[in-house]
Amino acid sequence: MPIITVREAIRQAMDEEMARDDRVCLIGEEVAEYNGAYKVSQGLWDKYGSRRVVDTPIAEEGFAGLGVGAAMTGLRPIVEFMTFNFALMAIDQVINNAAKMLYMSGGQIPVPIVFRGPNGPAEYLAAQHSQALQSFFAHVPGLKVAAPSTPYDAKGLLKSAIRDDNPVIFLEAELMYAWTGEVPDGEYLVPLGQGVVRRPGHDVTVVSFSKPMRVALEAADALAAEGIDAEVVDLRSLRPLDDAVVCESVRRTHRCVVVDEAWPVASVGSHLAWLVSRNCFDDLDAPVECVASEDVPMPYNHRLELAVQPSVEKIVRAVKRVMYRES
Amino acid sequence: MAKNADLKAYGRELTAKLLRDMVLMRRFEEKAGQMYGLRKIGGFCHLYIGQEAVATGAVAALDLARDYVITAYRDHGHALACGMDPGALMAELYGKATGCSKGKGGSMHLFDAPRHFLGGHGIVGGQIPLAAGVAFKIRYRDEGGVVLCFFGDGAIHQGAFHESLNMAKIWKLPVIFICENNQYGMGTDFRRVSAVHDLHAMGCAYGIEGRLVDGMDVLAVYDAVREAAERARADGEPAFLEARTYRYRGHSMSDPAKYRTKEELQAYKEQDPILILKARLEQAGWLEPAAYEALDAECKAVSEAAAAFADQSPEPPLSDLYNDVLV
Ligand SMILES: Cc1ncc(C[n+]2csc(CCOP(=O)(O)OP(=O)(O)O)c2C)c(N)n1
Ligand SMILES: [Mg+2]
Repeated sequence: MPIITVREAIRQAMDEEMARDDRVCLIGEEVAEYNGAYKVSQGLWDKYGSRRVVDTPIAEEGFAGLGVGAAMTGLRPIVEFMTFNFALMAIDQVINNAAKMLYMSGGQIPVPIVFRGPNGPAEYLAAQHSQALQSFFAHVPGLKVAAPSTPYDAKGLLKSAIRDDNPVIFLEAELMYAWTGEVPDGEYLVPLGQGVVRRPGHDVTVVSFSKPMRVALEAADALAAEGIDAEVVDLRSLRPLDDAVVCESVRRTHRCVVVDEAWPVASVGSHLAWLVSRNCFDDLDAPVECVASEDVPMPYNHRLELAVQPSVEKIVRAVKRVMYRES
Repeated sequence: MAKNADLKAYGRELTAKLLRDMVLMRRFEEKAGQMYGLRKIGGFCHLYIGQEAVATGAVAALDLARDYVITAYRDHGHALACGMDPGALMAELYGKATGCSKGKGGSMHLFDAPRHFLGGHGIVGGQIPLAAGVAFKIRYRDEGGVVLCFFGDGAIHQGAFHESLNMAKIWKLPVIFICENNQYGMGTDFRRVSAVHDLHAMGCAYGIEGRLVDGMDVLAVYDAVREAAERARADGEPAFLEARTYRYRGHSMSDPAKYRTKEELQAYKEQDPILILKARLEQAGWLEPAAYEALDAECKAVSEAAAAFADQSPEPPLSDLYNDVLV
């Protein structure tokens, strides 16, 4: 099977969907002539031209809203945010227009649009350019939210997102673009709203999504060396949220650690911890633990910014807490 | 215009200061670029090289005891123009505890509250309403100051720009909006994304007279800002200046700047702001070649010392993570 990067997987998904459906177009800053700030859209402008791959002014609220209007009336735009930090400029269009249009119109007007781009901490970028914003979007009924961690899922989920009639927030990560993995030739989809067990285990369930999945899997390796067998679940989508796959796992392991690189208050992680506590109360041998970002804006200094984020050590510590194996 | 202006109108002291400020900016940033190459500095690092006349001329026309300066992420030049210590700046670029923002802000977030330098902002256009707010305060307390608000040609299409000009006009807020039109927002030629190519014309939509200024000519910038400041102080009239300028380097350190020609770059280097002023001072007999050499050597030494200071400075302690955030 070919091995490709997350970057290539996302590009393939857009390319294939643009090839099969003229309604699909790509709009955003530097997506066309510059081939994308992170080169995700490389080659698409050459192939599809300025009608379908459109460079915008720096006007996130404007071009996000433009995408919504086009989606309301028959196109299926992909709006790229250079990073999700800048999606905050457009959050009114995402929440008040895209998410609510179908409901407000009594089912008359669907908004088939994808908002995608890198989310979450990168390196040396400080508070305004390095933050995990999934909670803002996962909070909102009317939006779907996907957050893959492998090239395979990135491609399959993005294709599903583009074909979905709901607005979908598609969260990537700058530091994930170069990650590689197997992606088959030919057509396949990964459905939105389905988590997956990445690594089977029977002592504890570690749940994560997107970039921290790698840390979660590394932590599982570290735990294995200490004789603790962790099952690792990748949520892949945050809304709809597949709590069933998590609860099924927790019912076997009886312990759960949720890893989410967003701030801890009112997050996907805290919501999932509540769901597990409620749905698996009788099966749990310990309170659910959360490993989140420290509750501070991202500092620039590298040592501090690493200390802010979930790490192997933090996850191992949390697992030991739920196993009552604190040393 | 200032090009043929009688230097006597400015005086030896001022012109010497303008020259030194620009040379220091140039040498400081060359050092920063070099240290970036050595990985002492990480993340985005947006060099101002080529644009020095704008910050230098504009800030020199202010009285920072009562006036304020605010800008975007390409902020090293503005910080130096406001008299910030090169060591504290370089240390911030290194993410050290001795940096002006204690290592938490980095290159994009330089601040010096006592010197009325209000940053260093990463979200394109985000600082423009802040400038209006500072002017609101000045008016509220009848302080007689003005706010100098810098932003790029890219930022002008954000709603924040348009909303702020309107408020500044209706409430007579003493803001000088100064668009540094270096002709590119990242890889995008400003003409590709702007309906109006004379950006200064945009002021007229808000009843604010816009003026085009040669941003390679420090005296022209100085004159324009001084006049605008006088009017703003006298009757609260906001002003809008477009300084036509050019950045010699890429958008940030990772940008190879393939979207423009060598000839275009060369044409601007031939009207380099430092060389222009230097030639004029030499013509007037106010600058001996040896004196320029000495000035240059001094600025190199200051930059060298700034890097040495940054090198020797400690990292912020982990305990600093939760300082300066109210919880
Ligand atoms: C709201 C927002 N959108 C996008 C970006 C990414 N970005 C950073 S700088 C930049 C170009 C800005 O160009 P301009 O305003 O001309 O300033 P210059 O870099 O030329 O100084 C872009 C798109 C951002 N920081 N903020
Ligand atoms: Mg620009």
